[in-house]
Amino acid sequence: MNITDIVTAVIIVGVTGLIFGCLLAFASIIFEIKSDERETKILEVLPGANCGACGYAGCSAYASAIVKDNAPINACSVGKDAVAKKIGKIMGVKAGAVEPMVARVMCGGDCSIAVNKYEYEGIHDCLAASKLAGGPKACPNGCLGFGNCVIACPFDAISIENGIAVVNEEKCQACGICVKKCPKQIIKLVPKKNMYTVLCSNREKGALTNKYCSAGCIGCKMCEKVCSVGAIKVKDNFAVIDYDLCINCGECAEKCPKKVIVKRDI
Amino acid sequence: MSYLSLIIGALFTQNFVMVKFLGICPFLGVSKKINTAAGMGMAVTFVMAVASAITYLVNLILGSKFEYLQTIVFILIIAGLVQFVEMFVKKSMPSLYNALGIYLPLITTNCAVLGVALLNVQNGYNFIQSVLYGTFAALGFTMAIIIFAGIRETIDDADIPESFKGFPIALITAGLMAIAFMGFSGFTI
Repeated sequence: MNITDIVTAVIIVGVTGLIFGCLLAFASIIFEIKSDERETKILEVLPGANCGACGYAGCSAYASAIVKDNAPINACSVGKDAVAKKIGKIMGVKAGAVEPMVARVMCGGDCSIAVNKYEYEGIHDCLAASKLAGGPKACPNGCLGFGNCVIACPFDAISIENGIAVVNEEKCQACGICVKKCPKQIIKLVPKKNMYTVLCSNREKGALTNKYCSAGCIGCKMCEKVCSVGAIKVKDNFAVIDYDLCINCGECAEKCPKKVIVKRDI
Repeated sequence: MSYLSLIIGALFTQNFVMVKFLGICPFLGVSKKINTAAGMGMAVTFVMAVASAITYLVNLILGSKFEYLQTIVFILIIAGLVQFVEMFVKKSMPSLYNALGIYLPLITTNCAVLGVALLNVQNGYNFIQSVLYGTFAALGFTMAIIIFAGIRETIDDADIPESFKGFPIALITAGLMAIAFMGFSGFTI
């Protein structure tokens, strides 16, 4: 083997490598995927719970949506303000404050006061029960208490107490999964700063509501009259609190004859 | 040697995974689901078919004088092709890309691919034979991995003794499959 052989060998391997290098460089332009380094940075900042509260498939989907589709940076209800601020730093925009929310089950009709219209002996599942004439509860908007929300909650924040679902507001991250799961649609996200909520979803006339449950809103307008800031309006036989106006004075809860306006400590 | 016997040989009697025991890594690694197994099979098929063609041509340049360069040049070509496949899959099928994970770049070191290139040279195949052999050896690989994935999917639901769960039962299954494929070895066409 002489020197030319060695040089030829080097050239052969070198040229093959060069050709493939060029082809790959060319292919990389064709098949280019624009990956943004901000995306990985945001993903690092996000809590990684993959709960989907932001409305995206998971934390990484949300991260890419922020970079690509201008998704709001304060959509993460788990990370709250701290995370929104960090994302804002990465994206170079100022974060609007995340209003801390909490899920509340808008029903107070537990086993001791709510009337059942029939005895349900089917499978232990809210959805299944709700398909059978709307469930065993006489009230069409009552919590069925089979705990689909309890199973769905990724943060272990919901429990069934005396036949109705109750949210542990310290554990609740306001991801909204329970809101979607509830076949009765009686779980609502409300601002955490609001202590008083109408724990009822029944929109029927007072006389009828009274037959279902002693803890139902009958639309008597007592709260509307007593509210000093005009935050409560009775609509469709049901008291609605405007959470932006409410000042947590508690007058309404005191006056409510049915005690459906309930205080939750924050 | 007729093309038919070449094809049957590559698919069954000389099946790369089951008889020659080449390409075992992805065979065990990405055979948990039929979908990803099929995706892996397609990726390997593309790489092996194109690699057979290119390595045949490059081998003409190498000749007998630079025979010793075969391995390094072939690996270079295969690595380049795998990179290409990776880019293509990442762009066009992100879900498959995620499912294949590390096993996609590892096609580079899949001995079935280098094996087919070297076997083509060893057996003195011409261009058409090389490409046919490469393609059908890869299809044989695909067939084996899909069958294996199907069995593994079923096994997942079976009541298996604790100590055999996971890889042990997969290895036993692979062994039994190899024995089954030995049944083909009696055929001569």
